Amino acid sequence: MSSYKKRSKDEIAQRIAADIPNGAYVNLGIGQPTLVANHIPEANEVVLHSENGILGMGPAPAEGQEDYDLINAGKMPVTLLPGGSFFHHADSFAMMRGGHLDVCVLGAFQVSVTGDLANWSTGAPGAIPAVGGAMDLAVGAKQTWVMMDLLTKKGESKIVAACTYPLTAVACVKRVYTELATFECTPQGLRLIDKVDGLGHDELEQLVGQPIAH
Amino acid sequence: MIDKIAASVADALADVKDGSTVLIGGFGTAGIPGELIDGLIEQGAKDLTLVNNNAGNGDTGLAALLKTGRVRKIICSFPRQADSHVFDELYRSGKIELELVPQGNLAERLRAAGAGVGAFFTPTGFGTELAKNADGSAKETRQINGRQYVLEYPIQGDVALVKAERGDRWGNLTYRMAARNFGPVMAMAARQTIASVHEIVPLGEFDPEAVVTPGIFVSKVVQVARVATQAGGFKDAA
Repeated sequence: MSSYKKRSKDEIAQRIAADIPNGAYVNLGIGQPTLVANHIPEANEVVLHSENGILGMGPAPAEGQEDYDLINAGKMPVTLLPGGSFFHHADSFAMMRGGHLDVCVLGAFQVSVTGDLANWSTGAPGAIPAVGGAMDLAVGAKQTWVMMDLLTKKGESKIVAACTYPLTAVACVKRVYTELATFECTPQGLRLIDKVDGLGHDELEQLVGQPIAH
Repeated sequence: MIDKIAASVADALADVKDGSTVLIGGFGTAGIPGELIDGLIEQGAKDLTLVNNNAGNGDTGLAALLKTGRVRKIICSFPRQADSHVFDELYRSGKIELELVPQGNLAERLRAAGAGVGAFFTPTGFGTELAKNADGSAKETRQINGRQYVLEYPIQGDVALVKAERGDRWGNLTYRMAARNFGPVMAMAARQTIASVHEIVPLGEFDPEAVVTPGIFVSKVVQVARVATQAGGFKDAA
């Protein structure tokens, strides 16, 4: 058994932020991916999009400065940076669906080795379904990246041969950033981009349960 | 003379009929026409189909309208929320029909209705459970230039309830920040659009370059009080 240290959520977010090109238009999904905003290198100018009609979204306001007409997709108060703009929902989703966003970062329940995404429903009987903008983002951005834990609490891999949860979109995920490694999803299956120090390739393949090309 | 200004919310909503499809703007705390929703409850129209991004929070606004039992069906993208207990109960007991629509399809289907588009192909939802009709049959799909698409139809409203910021007697509207959200597309997509505004301005005062919804899409404008909350927001309206 080798010894290695898992990446923290912030370390994963930092890893993702380092891959976002200067000048990119980016949508960060609700949950973990919002952490990425805290790690954009200062030298880079990245324009954040919020599906409810904001480009140039800034960080949360100081306490007492909240304006409830200025919220993000997670319905939390945000701010607008100089150069920011507001627009209606059809224009906002045209940005997403029309291939205008360079990158979107989403959370996931499961990703298949060829990039199928399941992130909107566990399909549990009796659960009330809700999809929001997940399907639009997944198919529309130039690159769809996933930020998630590789392993469930039970140690099962969330990267799978074929998703068992209901699909959000087919073959849409380009990269998966996790606590142990970063993967590329290709039509031929998984390819390794990087992994934490001390974790062997065979051991990683065993954890994922899938072949991983170098 | 054209004068779309209604004297009261009740006057503005007087023509809403039973069986109407009602488009209601808003996303989160922003852009929800709370006064118009309360007015619709008061007005009493029933057998309604509602279109909104969500399905109500807590016990006020949209949730209160659902609770009256006058809503037959809701078309939305995200009904499940921490405090959506009114919808949850109606849904679980089979008292309301849900059509779950990806948010971008919701916006584009409204835009299509407003623009006279008969139907459109979109990649959103292809290969998923939402590429099915209510009866479980598959929606029509087509491969175009090597990509797979699903055929989606417009959502035409009978009435749209929209929260804007300022309006004039021709029905021209401006909005405030992210409260714009579904307002402009819903205003286009309904046979009758009723807008609440916080300020009515004299005709000619708007900078024509800055009008967001031109008056042709608006039937009535009614002024409502600004709900004061922290830093000028509208938290109570949620």
